[in-house]
Amino acid sequence: MHGPMTDWLSPDEWRAVALSLRVSFWATVLSLPFGIWVAHVLARSEFRGKQILNGLVHLPLILPPVVTGYLLLITFGRKGPVGGFLEQCCGLIFAFRWTGAALAAAVMAFPLMVRAIRLGIEAVDPKLEQAAATLGAARPWVFLTVTLPLILPGVVAGAILAFAKAMGEFGATITFVSNIPGQTQTLPSAIYSFLQVPGGDEQAFRLVLISIAIAMLALLLSEWVGRAVARRIAGT
Amino acid sequence: MTLSVALKHAFAGFTLDVAFEAPAGVTALFGRSGSGKTTVINTVAGLLTPDRGRISVEDQVLLDTATRQNLPPHRRRLGYVFQESRLFPHLSVRQNLLYGRWFAPPGDGVAPDRVVEMLGIGPLLSRRPGALSGGEKQRVAIGRALLARPRLLLMDEPLAALDDARKAEILPYLERLRDQTDVPILYVSHAMAEVARLATTLVVLEAGRVLRAGAATAILSDPVAAPQVGLREAGAVIPARIAAQEEDGLTRLDTSAGPLLLPRINAAPATALRIRIHAQDVILSRDRPTGLSALNILPAVVTEIRLGEGPGALVQLRAGDDLLLARITRRSAQVLGLSVGTACFAILKSVAVAQEDIGHV
Repeated sequence: MHGPMTDWLSPDEWRAVALSLRVSFWATVLSLPFGIWVAHVLARSEFRGKQILNGLVHLPLILPPVVTGYLLLITFGRKGPVGGFLEQCCGLIFAFRWTGAALAAAVMAFPLMVRAIRLGIEAVDPKLEQAAATLGAARPWVFLTVTLPLILPGVVAGAILAFAKAMGEFGATITFVSNIPGQTQTLPSAIYSFLQVPGGDEQAFRLVLISIAIAMLALLLSEWVGRAVARRIAGT
Repeated sequence: MTLSVALKHAFAGFTLDVAFEAPAGVTALFGRSGSGKTTVINTVAGLLTPDRGRISVEDQVLLDTATRQNLPPHRRRLGYVFQESRLFPHLSVRQNLLYGRWFAPPGDGVAPDRVVEMLGIGPLLSRRPGALSGGEKQRVAIGRALLARPRLLLMDEPLAALDDARKAEILPYLERLRDQTDVPILYVSHAMAEVARLATTLVVLEAGRVLRAGAATAILSDPVAAPQVGLREAGAVIPARIAAQEEDGLTRLDTSAGPLLLPRINAAPATALRIRIHAQDVILSRDRPTGLSALNILPAVVTEIRLGEGPGALVQLRAGDDLLLARITRRSAQVLGLSVGTACFAILKSVAVAQEDIGHV
């Protein structure tokens, strides 16, 4: 691949950027449905053990990332109970693969995503959902036609927040899937590696600039999408 | 179609225990706030499950706690118009109107065009709810409920959040709804003016119990019920028909009791109306008075006298085929020597009848 970007970046650097984007994209997209579901349950249902679920969701925010990474390793590693099962049944391997980096990023970003979406759901007047029910809409339809369109700003905010968090995830990722160039070496891991070798400052600095650019872009995008959605929903 | 309701539900410090039937037409649930009206209507809608109860429309059981039947709200097929319109803000007026049609089983029901025309919301169709006035929102909400092909319409104080001008704007639409569709309406209100104009059946609630239930005209002309609906608000509703528009701005009406002159009513001759005559505006006289400014003097016969605990008395009169109610003092009743069967004259000032007391049939 040639072009201004590939010339400016070395293949290793370029691979790290591309891998980070891929990891963050899949981590966000695949965890979004779960995030919406968990946020909905936490916002609207009352059940025993709700505080336990809430605690579990928020755990990665509070635990040292190394601990989260280690827990992922012993659970989703090839010899771990879940990892072993997934490899046998579906050929899905997380350990030392980019898929593992995506899993670690998704777990670490999950609390932020759920918080943003939950706030959106709590702002929706349940009376509108009741009205939809009296008009003949069963619960899934109420969710799809009333709740989901109204929480869209929260969903967008949650997704972008999660994406940004996934881009920056370091501790859990390096603990769970190590730091293999082209496999699991994401942007932060690459910056860390370059800083470990003499003369790597320049390379690290280029990646730092890219990190800042991606973060700014994500932020602007979320503002813009959020405002467009809010305008549509305000109903004027 | 008849709705049958029987409920028992205990709240902290308040027990609801009601049973009534709502036949075709408008059944008004009338009572002070806190009397349990909204609880009843929410239970009918399925938004609240009572401790014990049975609710059915014709032969379909919506709820029966004895047999553990409880249809969820979306399967009850009842259109609900809330006090705050609850339109979906992210949908256009057209999409709001058609929302319930998506889920309704195919059938005839009222056609969308007809609903739009009846409610006068044609120009609003492509707008968003956020750009509508309170009165417009409520008309759209009524249309939305009606287009879901409901077996029954539920309305919880649909006018309470509106000012008088907006109320006057919507009442005629509700009258048309009552008279031009055959969907029964359960109408919750604490405003006697609305109830007197709309109700065909009246259920009076107080502290979670049914005080009175029956035909609206019968209860409104019943001196026993008057204290229960509020003495100042008491008054009979009588049918009338426009006879002619007079040159001096008055409108002459035919009633079974005789002609009635009222301030101008904008409607074509022969239009059928229902006129609410406040009991406190009716003056009684044993002889036909002369030299009196009041224009309406109707011959009547006393059918019932109810003496109040205070200085007041309520007198029910038969005038033609209709019943009137007069609120006078106990002293006047004695001085006039009124008793059941006494012939007298009921006198009514033309200007005592306000526009809001005149409803269409």
